[in-house]
Amino acid sequence: MSIKIEQLSFYYGQGTPFETKALVDITMEIKRGDFVGIIGQTGSGKSTLIQHFNGLILPEAGTVYIDGTNIKDKKVKLKLIRQKVGLVFQYPEYQLFEETVFKDVAYGPINLALDELEVERRVKYALELVGFDYSSVKDKSPFDLSGGQKRRVAIAGVLAMKPDYLVLDEPTAGLDPSGRNKLLNTIKKLHENNITIILVSHSMEDIARLADYIYVMYQGRIHMQGTPHEIYKDSEELKRIGLGVPQVVDIMKALKARGMNVDTDKLTIEGATEEILRVLRSKKDA
Amino acid sequence: MDPIIKISNVSFQYSQEEKNALNGVSLDIQPGEFVAILGHNGSGKSTLAKLINSLLLPTEGEIIVKGMNTKNDDMLWNIRQTAGMVFQNPDNQLVATIVEEDVAFGPENQGVDPVEIRKRVDDSLKAVDMYEYRKRPPHLLSGGQKQRIAIAGVLAMNSECIILDEPTAMLDPSGRKEVLQTIKKLNHDENKTVLLITHFMDEAVQADRVIVMDGGKIQMEGTPKEVFVNIDLIKKFGLDVPQVTELAHNLINEGIMMPRDIIKIEELVDAICQ
Repeated sequence: MSIKIEQLSFYYGQGTPFETKALVDITMEIKRGDFVGIIGQTGSGKSTLIQHFNGLILPEAGTVYIDGTNIKDKKVKLKLIRQKVGLVFQYPEYQLFEETVFKDVAYGPINLALDELEVERRVKYALELVGFDYSSVKDKSPFDLSGGQKRRVAIAGVLAMKPDYLVLDEPTAGLDPSGRNKLLNTIKKLHENNITIILVSHSMEDIARLADYIYVMYQGRIHMQGTPHEIYKDSEELKRIGLGVPQVVDIMKALKARGMNVDTDKLTIEGATEEILRVLRSKKDA
Repeated sequence: MDPIIKISNVSFQYSQEEKNALNGVSLDIQPGEFVAILGHNGSGKSTLAKLINSLLLPTEGEIIVKGMNTKNDDMLWNIRQTAGMVFQNPDNQLVATIVEEDVAFGPENQGVDPVEIRKRVDDSLKAVDMYEYRKRPPHLLSGGQKQRIAIAGVLAMNSECIILDEPTAMLDPSGRKEVLQTIKKLNHDENKTVLLITHFMDEAVQADRVIVMDGGKIQMEGTPKEVFVNIDLIKKFGLDVPQVTELAHNLINEGIMMPRDIIKIEELVDAICQ
């Protein structure tokens, strides 16, 4: 059970003078239960890649399998693939359109021709999963909510389809720090509820905190892949290709450069605090 | 020196809302100053920016931009020329199909002499390091490049003050860096007054002065050091401090001696490795 991509390539404007390679020979497998981060500069191919995950773009060269099904197979119902793989676009709150939160989240399930009771069950499930109190929010207009709340309603709309895989494209862009923290905790909770998460972001802090495995995209290719620790070890390379590293990584490297014998492999503030204390205290004991 | 922007006891209420979006805000911005405004979504930051630009008018109090009251309709275009705005979404503010035409849009509308327009467009594009892109269509540029074009458009109006409302929110790390370097350069080399609304603490750290807004009021104000030293208060307002400040704070709580107002990596390294 996985999203499996084999030798996928994609060109925009093929055959014209403006032909651009968007994806080149991508091979990857995201298994059920994974929490995967995809990072890369604007234009590195991230968004083109994730649109292949649920058949919004069908592969021109290469193959995409969702739970073993080749999505280009003529017998495949793309509707079912899209139920399985939910895609949350950038700024999803722009897609809200109904009069009430309930109606907006119910839009997908109603289109699946589910009965009324099941629709309500799913709306409640989805809204609670993203941290809302169902009865107090369901009759509100989505347009009266704050930016962060709107975004969570939009995500609930995708969750109401009960996807096994959830792909989020820059989910925290434009949110303030507390909105960002709340949303990241929500995403963590979704993962604990057995939803496979694919998080696309250029926020290094977010990815370092949450993902188990990272793909770094550069010029349409998978440039690096590994655990967050493996990826952030090579901070110079990340910077060269236009990405940052969490500030903590730079702090630990700067301490090391000044002769402090710290392990630079720390990605969070908590980890860095402990490591610096360990070195300072061992020096004192010596 | 007279402040370039003088905000006196300003309150503002959106017509359908019960609560004021701004409540008795007073703030002076000096010419050449680089001020960062922080606050969670809905704290009143963008409302304040729109009031300065006369896109909104105060319900109470008044705002004077370089001697002009924003309520004075006759001065509207002079005010907007003095304080130009750059918004969050780069795709919503570029209007022309070629970069240099977009930058020329403002001065053309002001009826500036064509020779002068040519000079201003070239100078502005050079100032944001986008001169070699002048013949390109904007939609083929990166987000950071588009924002720099938007900034050039403000410069071409000869604006003394640039107000930027979360200009880097939609950009990747290298785009953010480009835009911030451009802002700092204009502030430093051309003495432009900068008002930067942002959610990124690492950007606010580089300003001369930081303002924290909450509930439509100014809650904190001071140099980045003076503001970020109050970690608990900052978090109470739904904001964050730079990671290095939080790390220093953790170490202090564990009994390590160091200054409380660390906001840059070098400061922490110096404090630990003296």
